[in-house]
This record gives sequence, C-alpha cells and structure tokens, in this order.
Amino acid sequence: MTMKSSTRQVDGVTIVDLSGRITLGEGSIVLRDTVRDLLSKGQKKILLNLADVNYIDSSGIGELVSAYTTSKNQGGELKLLHLTKKVHDLLQITKLYTVFDVKDDEASAVKAFNQ
Amino acid sequence: MSSNRLSYTLDSTLETVNSAEETAGRMAAEAGFDDEEVMKISMAVREAAVNAVLHGNAYDPNKKVMLAFERTDHDLVIVIRDQGKGLDAGKIPDPLAPENLLKTSGRGIFLIRSFMDVVEIHPSRTGTELRMIKHVRPTADSKEAPQ
Repeated sequence: MTMKSSTRQVDGVTIVDLSGRITLGEGSIVLRDTVRDLLSKGQKKILLNLADVNYIDSSGIGELVSAYTTSKNQGGELKLLHLTKKVHDLLQITKLYTVFDVKDDEASAVKAFNQ
Repeated sequence: MSSNRLSYTLDSTLETVNSAEETAGRMAAEAGFDDEEVMKISMAVREAAVNAVLHGNAYDPNKKVMLAFERTDHDLVIVIRDQGKGLDAGKIPDPLAPENLLKTSGRGIFLIRSFMDVVEIHPSRTGTELRMIKHVRPTADSKEAPQ
C-alpha cells in the first residue's frame, strides 16, 4: 500500500492525515515533501495524524525525526496524533516516544498548540 | 530432525527490499509464528535488505543480494549477504545514546537485534553476511503432525 497524505486546518493548526506505510522510498518522500511544503507556506503548527499508518520502518522513523527537527529549527511545532500499536511500540524501543509530543485526542492536541 | 531451505539471488533495488520483506512474512507465517512475531521478522529482514541494497551494494546493478531462509525443527534461520565493502558493526553508533536520538538514520541494525533472537554480522572484503535466527516456540496446544 502506498502512502497518502491530506491536510486540513483546525484553529490555526494544520492536521496532516497520513495513511499507508512510511518506509524507504515513496512513503518517506511523501512525508518529507508534505512537511517541507507546509513550513515553506508558513504553516508551522503541524499535527501528524498517524491513525491509518499501519507500518513504519527505520527510514520512516528517521523521516519523522527529520520532520520534527526541521519544524523546530524553523520556529514551528510538530506533534503526533493517534499512534497505532505498532508505531507506538517502535517509538518506545527507539526511545523516541518521549522526544515527540504524542497525543491521543485531536481536540486537545489542537488546543495544546495554542496554549 | 528436518530442514527446509530456500534461497534467492536478488538485484540491488528497492523492489528487492519489498520482496524480501514479503517473503520473510510468508516464511514466518508458514513456520507458525503469530502476527506480531511475523511483523517483527519481516521488519528485521526489510532492515537487513535495506542495509544490503543501500549501504552494502549501493544500488550497484552489477552487485547482487543473496537471501536464504532455513526452517529447522527449532529455528527460522535467515541469511542475507551483499557484495559491498563489508560493514564494520563496531562503528555503528548506539541509536539510544542521547546524542544520537535525533539522528535520522542508524536504527536498522538496532531494530534487527531487537526483533530477532540471534544476530551475527560477518563482514569481509567481498561483502557482509548477516545471519538472523528466530526460535520457534511451540504453543501449549500445539501437537505433533500425524505421521
């Protein structure tokens, strides 16, 4: 399954709904291009909704890290929403779960950007 | 004691990575592993294939990746070999070290070690061989197949 990405705006936050696999190749490139495009347009509050991301490999993890640091370096903020168990477990074993700001509820995640 | 062995010679392409992952998932399921273990095994093989194709063979069309699966009574043994310069595992930084946490690469071998029971890396001047073993753990209600 290829990776798909769509964006929507909620209270000044750009929510990126991702689905499929974030893996070496197309999946990682879609994520990278989406985040870079948002940042270039000045949309710096980014919430990545990973509810429909069913698989991620080490390249995908690297791309999430890159999205996080790139956003931060450009004065933005990036949070993760609705991790599947697989992605949650991967972020746990790589010790990245505490690096990312991970949310379970969209409304409170949006609110957290604006506090 | 019984043993089944399958081996493939593959091109140094992204398609090889995907096909190695799919084949590993199929072999692991056939060996009787549950869904979570199948995912871990197929992911370990994917990461090993990425190392072989990208870091070992560097997408060189003249270099091949050898992938072999062996199912014994107790183990699923997977060997993946490239024709690169040889990986120096001692030089791979610890991805869990605080200074490396935000690096965008370097987690592949760590994930392989996390997901498999035994991992051996044998580098040489003609390539790297990575040997992974997952022990088959019979479930409480498993029975001997009828003779």
